[in-house]
Amino acid sequence: MLKNIKKITLAESIREALVLSMKKNDNVILVGLGVDDPKGIFGTTKDIDKIFKKERVFDFPTAENAMTGISIGASLLGMKPVIVHQRVEFSLLSLEQIINQAAKWFFMNGGTKSVPLVIRLIIGRGWGQGPQHSQSLEAIFAHIPGLKVISLSTPYNAKGLLISSIEDKNPVIIFEHRWLHEIQGEVPKKYYKIPLGKAKVVKKGTDITLVSSSYMVIECLRSAKILKSYSIDVEVVDIQSLRPLDIQTIMNSVKKTKKAIIVDNGGINFGISSEIIARLYENFSNKEKSICKIERIGPPDNPIPSTRELAKYCYPNYLDIIKKTEKLLKKKFKNLEKYKDNIPLDQPNKDFMGPF
Amino acid sequence: MKISKSIKIKLFREMLRIRLIEQTIASKYHEAEMRCPVHLSVGQEAIAVGVCQNLKKNDKIVTAHRSHAHYLAKGGSIKKMLGELYGKVTGCAKGLGGSMHLIDLNAGVFAAVPIVGSTIPIGTGIAWANKLKKKKEIVAAFFGDGATEEGVFFESLDFASLHDLPILFVCENNEYSVYSHISKRQSSKRSISKIANSFGIESLQIDGNNIEDIFLETKKIIDKVKSKSKPFLIELKTFRYLEHCGPNNDDKLNYRTNKYLNLWKKKCPIINYQHHLKKYNYLTTKEIEKMNMKIRAEIFHAFNFAKKSKFPEKILLKKYIYA
Ligand SMILES: Cc1ncc(C[n+]2csc(CCOP(=O)(O)OP(=O)(O)O)c2C)c(N)n1
Ligand SMILES: [Mg+2]
Repeated sequence: MLKNIKKITLAESIREALVLSMKKNDNVILVGLGVDDPKGIFGTTKDIDKIFKKERVFDFPTAENAMTGISIGASLLGMKPVIVHQRVEFSLLSLEQIINQAAKWFFMNGGTKSVPLVIRLIIGRGWGQGPQHSQSLEAIFAHIPGLKVISLSTPYNAKGLLISSIEDKNPVIIFEHRWLHEIQGEVPKKYYKIPLGKAKVVKKGTDITLVSSSYMVIECLRSAKILKSYSIDVEVVDIQSLRPLDIQTIMNSVKKTKKAIIVDNGGINFGISSEIIARLYENFSNKEKSICKIERIGPPDNPIPSTRELAKYCYPNYLDIIKKTEKLLKKKFKNLEKYKDNIPLDQPNKDFMGPF
Repeated sequence: MKISKSIKIKLFREMLRIRLIEQTIASKYHEAEMRCPVHLSVGQEAIAVGVCQNLKKNDKIVTAHRSHAHYLAKGGSIKKMLGELYGKVTGCAKGLGGSMHLIDLNAGVFAAVPIVGSTIPIGTGIAWANKLKKKKEIVAAFFGDGATEEGVFFESLDFASLHDLPILFVCENNEYSVYSHISKRQSSKRSISKIANSFGIESLQIDGNNIEDIFLETKKIIDKVKSKSKPFLIELKTFRYLEHCGPNNDDKLNYRTNKYLNLWKKKCPIINYQHHLKKYNYLTTKEIEKMNMKIRAEIFHAFNFAKKSKFPEKILLKKYIYA
């Protein structure tokens, strides 16, 4: 491995992005419940308070709406707050400040002043988190003009996208999946940016396109690997930026393979996959409309229950993606059972024993 | 006022029962069959018992993530609670909710949710409906010190005062919100009970580890809340023994100083009350042992029930989205 690249977890990569950004820009401050506690937001902010003076890392009262408004206020005088919520659901208390204020500020002041603010939202899953700790609510935020909405999937893109978000002049919402914090990947040690608003082809292929974001990119790559042994060459597109949506990159891939499954990380009704399919059809020629076959897959249309016996029906995985591929390609893959792993669906790996 | 022998024993037994249930959950958690986050109430039993012993069956409570003690003290079914923790269809929410969503309408346990502060207005609304329907019942809303930082706490106090609602706000101040000490979250000049006063709501600070104080004081207060239809807030300092969420002790993380831990560990509401009851001959060692055995038998059966219960059927995923 090269000297300037190292293998780290996604949590460590977020931490690096934060530390480098704070070193580069004195105005960057960390805000959120537990940012300086012994667990440091699943390791992503661990001990950053020890590197910088106390005035840069702020634990906060349980007051999400005020926390957001206060951060907006601070950003107006040039501070660069990076807020974090350990669960997406806690940010719902601050939707007023996010949607009415931060998102519209620049517009409603006629371009006088923007709100440069980053809000990290962590999606929970597994170990019986239950209906209020396991929602993937990207679509709510992606619905709002004025927000940028980013979804992390690898240690590499986590660092580059977070750094770009911190440099951005607008409110940026970043989705992090709890199951990705421990995954490992190669990450350059340096300060680098990945432009917001760009999707990425993470695996090239010719037979079918899988379009996804967040944790579901991992499931897509797993199914691609298995499908290879059935001689199916899969292309995987990581959306990365839900708003602005890079429909061009997705479109190029689908036009090439003529078949696509949009693998939604959140509920499919009124969701990210709805938007992608609608945009594809709006942009297709009549001929493409009749040739291209597009399906989607995602969690069913119900709250996620606590009990593992029912939660297991709520998370499509690589096997479901493969079955959808069978349907789309009108094929039957033999002996798929042998690819079934024995990790329960409420654990990202065998070591994960909750409770959070 | 004096407390009768039978009530003293009852207060003790209720606390002991909750402690033993929580400890059994902790000891079995590693079996990985209760697969949901648990926020155990160990150390805070006196508040739940002292308040709930003064509530009638029809009185309602609402609580938050750390709800086991409240649910049990109010008479919630142990079997249904454990069924819920095991994710079984016999659970109080049929396994759909998990540990953070306990409910038992028969016992007046109306709501428990993990979003901090969210049941404070809901409890206030139940009290409002009681008043509108001219019912003589009251609501006790349990919440932590952290929850008093949420806007809904203030908004609910105002409404409860404005409409003279029969509700008892019960703030369990264990000085921590996860790993954060209260001094990192609230100004030292701030007082939870005085906040209530500024809304025109009477309040009282009570030692949260002294069962008799809690019982006697809330008895008077609840009579007042009922007869005068007025809100009241009590703030009880207490101590959480275990980690914020999960079955273990996390003292090694050092977010609470040894001095603090040692001080509070001397104030265990159950051990101290046991000393008191023995010293003044309300209970003998033998009787306490017998009590322990009986409670343990109940717990054993309830765990067996939960373990043997069936998981819910898939159809439940769609059955309860709309009423
Ligand atoms: C709105 C919201 N913000 C943050 C959290 C994360 N959280 C869960 S429990 C908790 C601690 C709350 O402290 P307190 O109210 O004092 O209750 P305790 O745990 O001490 O019983 C926090 C911050 C949450 N569940 N909901
Ligand atoms: Mg507390």
